[in-house]
Amino acid sequence: MNDMRVTERTVTDKQIKMKARKVQVFYGDNHAIKDVDVDIEDKTVTAFIGPSGCGKSTFLRCLNRMNDTIDVCRVEGEIDLEGEDIYDAKVDPVQLRAKVGMVFQKPNPFPKSIYDNVAYGPRIHGLARSKAELDEIVEKSLRRAAIWNEVKDRLQAPGTGLSGGQQQRLCIARAVATSPEVLLMDEPCSALDPIATAQVEELIDELRERFSVVIVTHSMQQAARVSQKTAFFHLGNLVEFGETSKIFTNPDDPRTESYITGRIG
Amino acid sequence: MTDATAGSAPRTPARSLFAEDARTKRRNRAEARFRAYGLAAVVIGILALIMLLISILSNGLSSFRQTYVTFPVELAEARLDPQGNRNPEEIAAVTTFGYLPVMAMAFIEHVDAMGIEHDLSPQEMAAMISGEAPAQLRAMVLANPDLVGQTVTLEMLVNGRIDGYFKGRVTMASAERDNNVTPGQLVLAQALADAGAMETRFNWNFITAPDASGQRPEAAGLGVAIIGSFYMMLVVLALALPIGVAASIYLEEFAPKNRLTDIIEVNISNLAAVPSIVFGILGLAIFINFAGLPQSAPIVGGLVLTLMTLPTIIIATRASLRAVPPSIREAALGVGASKMQAVFHHVLPLAAPGILTGTIIGLAQALGETAPLLLIGMVAFVREYPAAPLDGLFDPASALPVQVYNWTQRSDPAFVERASGAIIVLLVFLVFMNAVAIMLRRRFERRW
Amino acid sequence: MPLLWIIVIVLLLGAAGFVLGRQRAVASAGGDARILHSLPNYYGTNVLILSVVPALLVMAVWLIIQPMVIESRVTGMIPEAAIEEAGSRSLVMSDVRRVADGLDTAIAAGALTPEQARGMRTELTDVRARLGEIGVALGGEVSSEVLAAAQSYRGLKRSGNLMMTVAVLALAALGLAYGYIRTNREFRARNAVEVAILAILMLASTIAILTTVGIVFSMLFETFNFFELYPWREFFFGLEWRPSFEGGSDLGLIPLLWGTLYVSVIALLVSVPIGLFAAIYMAEYAGKRMRAVAKPLLEILAGIPTIVYGLFALITVGPLLRDYFAAPLGLGSSSSSVMTAGVVMGIMLIPFVSSLSDDIINAVPQSLRDGSYGLGATQSETVRQVILPAALPGIVGAVLLAASRAIGETMIVVLGAGAAAALSLNPFEAMTTVTVKIVGQLTGDTDFSSPEALVAFALGLTLFVLTLGLNVLALYIVRKYREQYE
Repeated sequence: MNDMRVTERTVTDKQIKMKARKVQVFYGDNHAIKDVDVDIEDKTVTAFIGPSGCGKSTFLRCLNRMNDTIDVCRVEGEIDLEGEDIYDAKVDPVQLRAKVGMVFQKPNPFPKSIYDNVAYGPRIHGLARSKAELDEIVEKSLRRAAIWNEVKDRLQAPGTGLSGGQQQRLCIARAVATSPEVLLMDEPCSALDPIATAQVEELIDELRERFSVVIVTHSMQQAARVSQKTAFFHLGNLVEFGETSKIFTNPDDPRTESYITGRIG
Repeated sequence: MTDATAGSAPRTPARSLFAEDARTKRRNRAEARFRAYGLAAVVIGILALIMLLISILSNGLSSFRQTYVTFPVELAEARLDPQGNRNPEEIAAVTTFGYLPVMAMAFIEHVDAMGIEHDLSPQEMAAMISGEAPAQLRAMVLANPDLVGQTVTLEMLVNGRIDGYFKGRVTMASAERDNNVTPGQLVLAQALADAGAMETRFNWNFITAPDASGQRPEAAGLGVAIIGSFYMMLVVLALALPIGVAASIYLEEFAPKNRLTDIIEVNISNLAAVPSIVFGILGLAIFINFAGLPQSAPIVGGLVLTLMTLPTIIIATRASLRAVPPSIREAALGVGASKMQAVFHHVLPLAAPGILTGTIIGLAQALGETAPLLLIGMVAFVREYPAAPLDGLFDPASALPVQVYNWTQRSDPAFVERASGAIIVLLVFLVFMNAVAIMLRRRFERRW
Repeated sequence: MPLLWIIVIVLLLGAAGFVLGRQRAVASAGGDARILHSLPNYYGTNVLILSVVPALLVMAVWLIIQPMVIESRVTGMIPEAAIEEAGSRSLVMSDVRRVADGLDTAIAAGALTPEQARGMRTELTDVRARLGEIGVALGGEVSSEVLAAAQSYRGLKRSGNLMMTVAVLALAALGLAYGYIRTNREFRARNAVEVAILAILMLASTIAILTTVGIVFSMLFETFNFFELYPWREFFFGLEWRPSFEGGSDLGLIPLLWGTLYVSVIALLVSVPIGLFAAIYMAEYAGKRMRAVAKPLLEILAGIPTIVYGLFALITVGPLLRDYFAAPLGLGSSSSSVMTAGVVMGIMLIPFVSSLSDDIINAVPQSLRDGSYGLGATQSETVRQVILPAALPGIVGAVLLAASRAIGETMIVVLGAGAAAALSLNPFEAMTTVTVKIVGQLTGDTDFSSPEALVAFALGLTLFVLTLGLNVLALYIVRKYREQYE
């Protein structure tokens, strides 16, 4: 089973970027997330896995307060970014989201040119003083998202005209352009074909050098391939959280083992 | 490629989430401003609505009340039936001008009998009573010739200016400058009111009576206009509903997808956007000049409004037909029904509430439409009630919105009150129709 | 025979046909309805359709054609001299009709016997006085030609009506008989009925096209007549609008078009920002409760008839603008003005713009909003930089539709803008529009042979072309813009 190969990487003790303690999420009366504790390390890819509806995406959206846009959603517990509670009343979610960027399940480029898509974040956050600086940020972000060579000749073409895989890499470039500290990815490959998926996975591995990446995925193979830490969610509970190699080879919890071996999911 | 993002970027970010940096503050202020613009827009819209309603209500509510004067009149045989044989034809020979002095004298005598001091000439006193009153008295006598010779107590309309005085429209100061009324008349009117002989009360005549001439705003009513509007709605309902539903069924269920049906569809959506006055021109050219139908007739108005309403009804009907899931049709076809049977037995009944709602809304639009009716002669001054349908559909009549327009074109300011009052009646009908439509939608709305 | 009676008799025949057809079908199956090809009612319906539909169709066509035939026959009887004297053929004909109707009324009232009416001579009887007695007022003395024409008009109408009655009833009876004979148990009655119903449905759907054709032809025809009397160059490029019924009118389109566009621009300046911002607020900011209250309130504005807005302009907004803006600024003393009509029309269009924009904004996918918020954009940044650009084609379409409405709006400008044609920049001056002049030239008694009346058709055609063009353009822009992103 080549797919199940676990990346052999040295996992050193890294600084903890985000810390979640006793997080509860309610959708109206529905208790969607129960008592979740997770530490997100810097310069690490953390994967959230679990069957559909287990709450992994919901929890991901708590990390940059995207759930604020849903009226009925309520979050309790504590989530810290570098020691600061992101649900504190003083925190402006706008500032938070500049530090914790997000890439979505379906590629969602804005109906603008490729250039404007990438420049959108830097513009609203005022990251560039001049056009030249903005050009530089755009180019760097596109290079980082490994799409520069494909689009450098048509930066003014609409972003919606790209293929699915290119669109998703464009969205990653767009998220990278604001130089976030944490990058959240919600099943970024589920709408892509295998080749595009491989490209994005490769990209995620490179992004780890600069950001802390949290990825929600349906595919255990993907989690095994790209992540160093894995959290397994089941029915709103965090069942197990630890080194990816351990979770996939020697899980503590029988539920995790059932899922890994394909008995639940 | 150097890793310069964090270093060279000119951002001065607050390292802490708890402190807002200058740029975020600015952005949040822009956000608040933007939000305020949005709220202001909503508030302006609602304020405009409130202002509109207040303007109409404050001007128009008083038209439902009218001032009447009560006094006894001796219907002297010598004047009204000189031959004395109560022959209706001979009584009819006495015109309104014969009744005027009878009435005026009775009024003057009554005022004197009540002992009210005044220095008005007999002409000025007679002018206080509505010009419509002698005609009403004559109609009363003709209806019942036995009244001649008796003394009857009459409640008669007073002149529009006197009425305006009790409604606050006419003041002593304005009467000084007005040729149609003198302050003395107002003083006497006030005295009569104090004595209980003059009274302002609810006025059914405003809703039932026909229009009156430009000098007699106090007598003008909406009777003919309401009947005319009602007849037109009958025509629209009888034509637009079946035609609209039939057309929708064909287009939605049977039409092959080809050039012709494409043209029809584009046509319908364009017709919905054609200015209403163009339909008036169509009505004038086709129904009146070409087909020779009479002017001012509800049938022509109804036909024009039918053509205008059709697109609305077709669009609503097609939407509700489309909302019926294909599984229903397939189920019917599956038990051996023909396509026609599937549509008429199953799809149409399920779509009926939506069709009905659309029809009522279309009718409400048609009821308020004015411009096309102006062109087909509905502005004419009509005093006769139209006959019962179907003949009545060809009789001249007015229509509610046109009556409003008609009254705005008259010089006496009392007609502003009348026009606003007519609009209140129109709005009451519209509110009622829309309420029924909303109720239907709530009651029968089905989500698949 | 009155029309109603003919219709009732035809319907009764149809009902009888239904019963007979049904019975015959059942009888042919020996009383066992299961042997029949179709349900018994279909056999009845088949006979009913055959007897009623052709008869009523013939009646409808007859009713349209008969007046035209009679008119042309009677017009031939009137000598040219009489026409010149009266001014125009149509005036003489309306006299003829009035006399003929008067004679009918007189007979109905019992004042004349039918023989007397037919034998009446102007030399012997004072027709006007005679008809006046029974309440039929005639404008002038009745000439012998007119009386003769009226009498033959009546005669033709009588015999025409009689012929129609006979034809329609005969057709109904024939249809009944044919349907009845065809009825037997092998006959596929359901299929026949369904074909007939399908034909009726198809006919109904062509009404929309007929309406458009009617609109275009009625206006084209009269517009051609107008351009025969009045040079088209002067109409399209004339800078003066001064109709005079003694002839020698100036009928230039430009001042009317200017007024129309000026009012529309002001209306759009009022309605587009307010409507758009209201839509944005409703879609993006307002809470559930706020939306539940404010949205229906704004929609009420859309349900109010335009005559109400017209009166609002006339009695409230006009005087208000005059007393607080125009007069203090020294810009004019008229309460009807471009500004009055424009502001009120703007109010009318607010819900039109806002509900269209609301739909369009809501149609922008949530994923785009998420993408923007995920990057740390504020709501207003998301709206301005992501949602509005994405919704732009729809909003442009909505604005163009609103513009087409503004141009075609009649009652607000009739009551609010004034009647004097002017080419001026002062928004507080009374100006007039195309629609106002259509109403003005066609209301009341009009002589359809004078350019002053016919110009209204040319104006109507201009208006129709203008609004149609805007609608088509709106659709085109939307499509073009969408293609760019598909």
